[in-house]
Amino acid sequence: MPGRIRAISWSQILSPVAASNTTQSPLRQSRLPRSCLSANLTPADPAQPGERLSSNSPPKADLFVTCIIDQLYPQVGVSVVRVLRRLGVDLSFQEDQTCCGQPLYNAGYSKKARTLARRVLDTFEDSEYVVVPSGSCAAMMRVFYLDLFRDDPAMLKQAELLSSKVYEFSQFLTSVLGAEDTGSTYSGTATYHPSCHLLREMKVRDEPQSLLRSVSGLELTDLPGAETCCGFGGAFSIKFPHISEGMLADKVENVVSTGADTLVSCDMGCLMQIGGGLSRQDSEIKVRHLAQVLDQDHSSNS
Amino acid sequence: MADIKTKDFSKASAVSILDPQLRRALRQVGTGFDAARRAAIDEVSPKLWDEWREEARRIKIHSLDHLDYYLDLLEQNVTKAGGHVHFAKDAAQANDIMAELVRTRNIKIATKSKSMVSEELSLNPALEAQGVDVYETDLGEYIIQLAEETPFHLVAPALHKTKEQVAQLFTDKLGIPYNDDINALAAAARLALREKFLQADLGISGANFLVAETGTLVIITNEGNGRLSTSAPRIHVGITGMEKVIPSLQDLAVFLRLLPRSATGQRITSYVSMITGPRRADDEDGPEEFHLIIVDNGRSKMLADPDLREALYCIRCGACLNICPVYQKVGGHAYGWVYPGPIGAIVTPSLVGLKEAQDLPQASSLCGACREVCPVNINIPRMLLHLRQKSAESPDPSERSAGLVPNLLAEGYTRVMRSPALLSASHKLGRWQQNVWAAMPFFPFSKKGGMIRKASLPLLSRWTRMRDLPELPKETFRDIWKKDLKEGP
Ligand code: SF4
Repeated sequence: MPGRIRAISWSQILSPVAASNTTQSPLRQSRLPRSCLSANLTPADPAQPGERLSSNSPPKADLFVTCIIDQLYPQVGVSVVRVLRRLGVDLSFQEDQTCCGQPLYNAGYSKKARTLARRVLDTFEDSEYVVVPSGSCAAMMRVFYLDLFRDDPAMLKQAELLSSKVYEFSQFLTSVLGAEDTGSTYSGTATYHPSCHLLREMKVRDEPQSLLRSVSGLELTDLPGAETCCGFGGAFSIKFPHISEGMLADKVENVVSTGADTLVSCDMGCLMQIGGGLSRQDSEIKVRHLAQVLDQDHSSNS
Repeated sequence: MADIKTKDFSKASAVSILDPQLRRALRQVGTGFDAARRAAIDEVSPKLWDEWREEARRIKIHSLDHLDYYLDLLEQNVTKAGGHVHFAKDAAQANDIMAELVRTRNIKIATKSKSMVSEELSLNPALEAQGVDVYETDLGEYIIQLAEETPFHLVAPALHKTKEQVAQLFTDKLGIPYNDDINALAAAARLALREKFLQADLGISGANFLVAETGTLVIITNEGNGRLSTSAPRIHVGITGMEKVIPSLQDLAVFLRLLPRSATGQRITSYVSMITGPRRADDEDGPEEFHLIIVDNGRSKMLADPDLREALYCIRCGACLNICPVYQKVGGHAYGWVYPGPIGAIVTPSLVGLKEAQDLPQASSLCGACREVCPVNINIPRMLLHLRQKSAESPDPSERSAGLVPNLLAEGYTRVMRSPALLSASHKLGRWQQNVWAAMPFFPFSKKGGMIRKASLPLLSRWTRMRDLPELPKETFRDIWKKDLKEGP
């Protein structure tokens, strides 16, 4: 071959790696990289539908109310309590609960997030079930805690235990209570916005809609582009308002195009965003958490 | 390396989001590419598709876990086939190797098929500095080369240009009469490039895959330019990242099924070229020399980082861009460097430095649509979070980049949320503040129908630009619980 191109070998280009490791290239050690396998982050399987129905004692559950419902939308929390009690759940609320830590975790402050997560793990240590009326906070406790404590085996064990007990509201209704028809009534046309974490982290896709379909007097219409994010994303909505608003504009346009009078979702974060956008346009469309729609039962209507 | 403008993400995205022509172009990525991808998956069945994805992921995990072994094997087999392998630690070294090649072989004209890595290295200016005329031969790349821009999209680099703009560009740069008929434009490019193919002494290509077992470079294209670039000139240089190596031809099969379907919805691309060494004695044509430049340029650092290694599994199909609601709003150039979209938001900070590109991992609502479509199931949102963690808390000060305000907010938030009493107190304080403001003559809020329409306050004003905000209610849920709910229904 003509010419003399400088010959170096792969071990030279990989030297930054080798240098950080005295004896052996980490290449040879890392047969099982810690967190690039999602296998260790897969949450426990949800209970089989109807699992609880055969049991005689009513299911005991703790409510994790979420900050946004506690502080901004307390009536949603009230509806959650009423629906769960109506379905026979022995429900309690630990009054010293605060935040699951998701805003900190999402912003990269995982040490601080762990501080709050530890409180949650302690608070719900003895719970049989923890019901969370938010796909996002539920995903935090069910999925992301496992990432948050990945380097702390003792805490990870506790996190795994909690993970197996955490259910998002609609998921709890369908998977644990086996509820198909909550005996609810609502008059109007509704469309459903699936929140991203509920859909993609909690893998809850059809449950809320099947519950909505069982509500008498409610007509459910499809939302175009339903599975596209509304642009909330927590701090994202403040950090990059122009992008968040662009995403919101599409969502609002799609919601309006359905002709529905009510927009239903399982996350008040999304509903604060979409509701805020609708309200800015002086739209008459109401935004409701699923629990609020299920709250009215036949008896209270008659 | 290509000019890095990643620091301008916020400003650049605020401009691009308002560009009506980009809006139109970007609608295509959802309705065109993504719809085609979905149709292709439905055709094979989503279940089988998931099996392919899992298999592809397994192959990538294995290949990267044993990268040293497979790079060795690849080098041996390329050499055995009569080719030469060069390893480059960084962009400078890669460009030096190229420079030495063109100097010693007296090369004047080079044709190039599409290569993102060469964009990353700024190979074209380096070659031009050696007196070599370089011609991009992928139509999209050719257009952006004439326009002196960076790729807008991994798969469709000139997606943002209208046919009218391309026609004008051709008139300006090629001196041909204006004609915005798409076929005429393609014909004009073909005419201009055909001549270059015949004159070129050097053909440069990227690689979609490198097969270790056989020493084969694989490129898949739709225009045939890759095959011309790699066979007509007397020298062929393949240049690519070291993560492209896979063990065997058998492993290649699953990627050939996944990549075109994910990228454009095609079952297979028009051309799949597998190149093993230079021409052999009994070959009728082909290059006399074959060189393969394998580039690190920051990849070994990603490999060593368990939180980022997964990004090296990427096969650059662009599906995550097409589904990403942020990319669909801001487009490719706002990302400020070579790799746009969700995967770009991971690769770019990893290669150019997190401090240089700290906005990119933040500019995501973490909706997870990217992960759902990725043919190798890369957990993009998780890596964005890990990059955010490095920004906020990395022990390495060169990575830590979060500002004072976010740090203070995080600290304050943690303190309040650590204590239920403080949380109650701050709600009361907020209520009081809200009432005081309501009573003030210069009210920083304007309200309508129980919602706050405009809040002239830091942070909140960013919310109320286009969204109304609920007022703080009188009672929190925990107040109501204690009062009405605790004792049962
Ligand atoms: S990250 Fe996945 S979806 Fe995105 S370009 Fe790479 S392979 Fe395609």
